[in-house]
Amino acid sequence: MSVPEQLRYSEEHEWVSGLESEGGIVTVGITQHAADALGEIVYLELSSGEGDTVEAGEACGEVESTKSVSDLYSPVSGEITAINSAVIDEPKVINDDPYGEGWIFKVRVSDEPGDLLDAAAYTKLIEES
Amino acid sequence: MSANPKKTPLYDVHSGLGANLVDFAGYLMPLRYASETSEHAAVRTGAGLFDLSHMGEIFLSGPQAGAALDHALVGNLSPMAVGKARYTMICAPDGGVLDDLIVYRLADETWMVVANAANVAVVRDALVERAAGFETRVDDRSDAYALIALQGPRAQEILAGFTDAPLPELRYYAIFAAKVAGIDALLARTGYTGEDGFELFVDAGDAVALWQALAEVEGVVPCGLSSRDTLRLEAGMPLYGNELTTETSPYEAGLGRVVKLDKPGDFVGKAALAAQAQTPPGRTLVGLVARGRRAPRKGYQVVTSDGTPCGVVTSGAPSPTLGKPIAMAYVDSGVTETELAVDVRGRQEPVDVVDLPFYKRS
Repeated sequence: MSVPEQLRYSEEHEWVSGLESEGGIVTVGITQHAADALGEIVYLELSSGEGDTVEAGEACGEVESTKSVSDLYSPVSGEITAINSAVIDEPKVINDDPYGEGWIFKVRVSDEPGDLLDAAAYTKLIEES
Repeated sequence: MSANPKKTPLYDVHSGLGANLVDFAGYLMPLRYASETSEHAAVRTGAGLFDLSHMGEIFLSGPQAGAALDHALVGNLSPMAVGKARYTMICAPDGGVLDDLIVYRLADETWMVVANAANVAVVRDALVERAAGFETRVDDRSDAYALIALQGPRAQEILAGFTDAPLPELRYYAIFAAKVAGIDALLARTGYTGEDGFELFVDAGDAVALWQALAEVEGVVPCGLSSRDTLRLEAGMPLYGNELTTETSPYEAGLGRVVKLDKPGDFVGKAALAAQAQTPPGRTLVGLVARGRRAPRKGYQVVTSDGTPCGVVTSGAPSPTLGKPIAMAYVDSGVTETELAVDVRGRQEPVDVVDLPFYKRS
């Protein structure tokens, strides 16, 4: 199971990249573990649009797979600066490339990101689940 | 969930293929191997291979085995010819469905009852109890048998490469003994996918060899429970635990035809079922096709256009073949509207009521 070293993770199985970047804009997606557990994703809906703010740990959308529906949580607080329209159109991209083409949205982080996990801690979390 | 799920004889094969394994009815079963949508498509267009060894095989043998089944089940089994199969049910005295079954007549005095994994104990115990006054033996051989299904339009052509048995003579809902890949099998033309296909009952010890022989054929795709569920849903086939429960009657499920009230003699549940047959059921199983992209799911409420609750979804999923979400639901029989809505997590998503099945093979 791929858990890239350079990313940070939420307990709700989202990943965050770019936390150290200038301008404070991070990219968010869901982990391969989550994508595999959901099965083929057929529908993705965000309850917020570009310019809206999201709160860390709060639901900001829904992910529907062939088998189930799950909430999508934002791992960080801030303003949404971009939404990946490619995954809205074709959510299966998330299954195929969860850490690359399957990114979901970008956020200009307004608060210090809270309790995100590093790769080792996240690996431990999914091994114990 | 059970504390210690059992493994089928094919467990190591599934693990080796990287299957996503889940506890289903007390067995570790493959949910999918790679993409459930590709597995689904393989069965619709080519061939898919399923491990169904979790299903139960209960044998009745003896001079009154047929009479015992006529008493224990809602169907009229004893007139059935050797080598034939029938879809039937076992009901409680109050008419509630304990399980839906396929019954095969293997010989004059030998019958095989195939039960759903979750219900094997219930069915076996009920058969033992109900057969008590008859000259027959009831034998649960579920652990001794593995069940492998090959389903899809290419199933016959593929199987023909492994057996001399006259496959074209084996009709739908029929069974015979045959050697397949050198293995003794009970070969049935039955399935749960809406496609042509075969189910092969073999000794548990032969399962791996049979699976590997079939899996090596170009184009045969191993399929998990996830695709099995969408395939049967498209075919409008009920799933025990969803469309059928102890709280549902065969009539509500649109399966009144399997209840043979006219057969000679009494059978368990007859009085209750005869009474149910007199009055139209209060609710009816219908098909729903969603207009949007959100799938109605089991347990979601069905409402009329003015928001009045009128039913509940029993199964629902995005249909790979139709390209839109489909569902089965129990809806109050008084509802005549063909445009309803399903409450999808607080939002009313419009659906059209359609005739079942959603998919019929050409």
